[in-house]
Amino acid sequence: MIEFEHVTHRFGDRIVLTDISCRLSQQRIGIIGANGSGKSTLARMINGLANPTEGRVLVDGLDPAQHGREVRRRVSFLFSDPDAQIIMPTVGEDIAFSLRRHKLTHDELAARTEAIVDTVGLSGYIEHPAHLLSSGQKQLLALATVLVTEPDILVADEPTTLLDLRHTREIAGLLATLSQQVIVVTHDLDLIMDFERVLVIDDGRIVADGDPSECVHFYRRSMGVR
Amino acid sequence: MMAAAMIGVYRPGTSLLHRLPAGLKLFGLLLFTTALLVWRAPTTVAIGLAIIICLYALAGYSPRVLLTQVWPLRWIVVLLVPFQWWLGGWRSAVAIVGTLILAVAAAGLVSLTTRIVDLLAVLDRVLSPLRRVGVDPERISLLIALSIRVVPVMLDLVNTVREARRARGAERSLRAFATPVVVRTVGYSQRLGDALIARGIDD
Ligand SMILES: Nc1ncnc2c1ncn2[C@@H]1O[C@H](COP(=O)(O)OP(=O)(O)O)[C@@H](O)[C@H]1O
Ligand SMILES: [Mg+2]
Repeated sequence: MIEFEHVTHRFGDRIVLTDISCRLSQQRIGIIGANGSGKSTLARMINGLANPTEGRVLVDGLDPAQHGREVRRRVSFLFSDPDAQIIMPTVGEDIAFSLRRHKLTHDELAARTEAIVDTVGLSGYIEHPAHLLSSGQKQLLALATVLVTEPDILVADEPTTLLDLRHTREIAGLLATLSQQVIVVTHDLDLIMDFERVLVIDDGRIVADGDPSECVHFYRRSMGVR
Repeated sequence: MMAAAMIGVYRPGTSLLHRLPAGLKLFGLLLFTTALLVWRAPTTVAIGLAIIICLYALAGYSPRVLLTQVWPLRWIVVLLVPFQWWLGGWRSAVAIVGTLILAVAAAGLVSLTTRIVDLLAVLDRVLSPLRRVGVDPERISLLIALSIRVVPVMLDLVNTVREARRARGAERSLRAFATPVVVRTVGYSQRLGDALIARGIDD
C-alpha cells in the first residue's frame, strides 16, 4: 500500500507537485500526463529518489525519506534508459550484481538467474555482453535485474519510451503478468488500458483518477486530441 | 569502433586460461609485469612477446584479438618511440615501449578470460584489510566495474554526437561536439546514480 499525504514538492521556488493526497492499493496503476507535469517526481518519491518538501509518503507504513533502504528493498524501479541501469559487462553478471547481498550459493544464484532470464525471454543470453544487446533486450535485462530480488512493488518510469513496437508489447505483456503491484508512468496509452486505475497529472495536480478509459478520454480531451 | 568497444570484455570460453582461478591469473599478471620491469631489455621483450602470443593462442584467440587489445596504445607508441630512442638509444626504446605493450596485452588477456564478478571477488579479498581503516572494499571493486562499464557507453555517446554533428554539417566545430558530449555525460551520470541508488548500492 502506497500513501501520499498532502505531498508538495518544490525545486527552488518552482512548485512541481501541489498537495497530492492518494492511496494506491490497486495492483496495476497507470500515471499519465503531459511532459513536465510532475509524473517522474511523483514516481521517484515512492522509493525515496525524491522526497516531499511538505507532507509525506508511506510505503507499507514506512516513509522512504527516513527508511530509504527498507523501502527500496520492497520497491524496485525501472527507468527509461536501460544503459544507465545496466552495470556489469554480461547479462548473467548484471543479474548476479542485484543479488550480491543475498548470500546465495553458486547453484542458487545460477538457478535464480536462469529463472528470471527465462521469464523475460532472454534465455541463452546469460554470457552475452550486455552492451551489445538491442535496446529492447537491454530493457528486458533491466527488468530482469530489478525483478530478480523479488520486490513487492515495481515502479516503472516510461519503460517503453525508447523501444520499438515489438519490445514495447513484450514489456507490456510482462508487466501485465507480474504478481507485484505495478505503478507505470507512460505516454503509451495502450499500455495502461487494462489497468485497474489511472491517474492523470497536470501541472503538479491529480486532475483525473479512476477507470482507464474515462481517464484516457479525459486526458485526450484536455490535450485537445479527439 | 565496434572493436574498440570490445576491449577487455569477458568472452566466454572453455580453455585452460578460462578455467584457472582469477586470483592465480592476477598473480601471474603481477609476476609477468614485474619481470618485464626488472629485466628491462629487448631480450626480455622478445621472450615476453613469445609468451603472450602462446597464451593468446592457448585461450583460443586470433592475433586480431591481441591487436585489438593494444590498438588504443598506438598514439602513445608513436610519440614514445622516437622520444625514448633519442633519450636512450633503440634498446631502451624497445624495452620501454615493448614492456608497456606487453603489460597491456597481458592485462587484456586476463580480462578477456575472467568474469568481472570473479575478478571483483579476488579484489574484495585482497583489499579486505582496508576494512580496518574504514574503506569498504566492495565500493572499490564496484568502482572498477563501473569504469569498465562506462567506457562502451561513452564511446557510443561520442559516436552518436559525432554523427549528429556531421548530419548538421558542423564537422569541424569543437563546440558542436563538446557541448552535447558534456551535457549527455552529465545526464548519463545522473541517471546512473539514480539507478545505483534504486538497485540498493547504499545497502
Ligand atoms: N532536478 C531538477 N531541478 C529542477 N527542476 C526539475 C528537476 N527535475 C525536474 N524538474 C522540473 O520539475 C517539473 C516536473 O518534472 P518531472 O517530474 O520530470 O515531469 P514529467 O516526468 O511529468 O515529465 C518539470 O518542469 C521539470 O523541469
Ligand atoms: Mg518524466
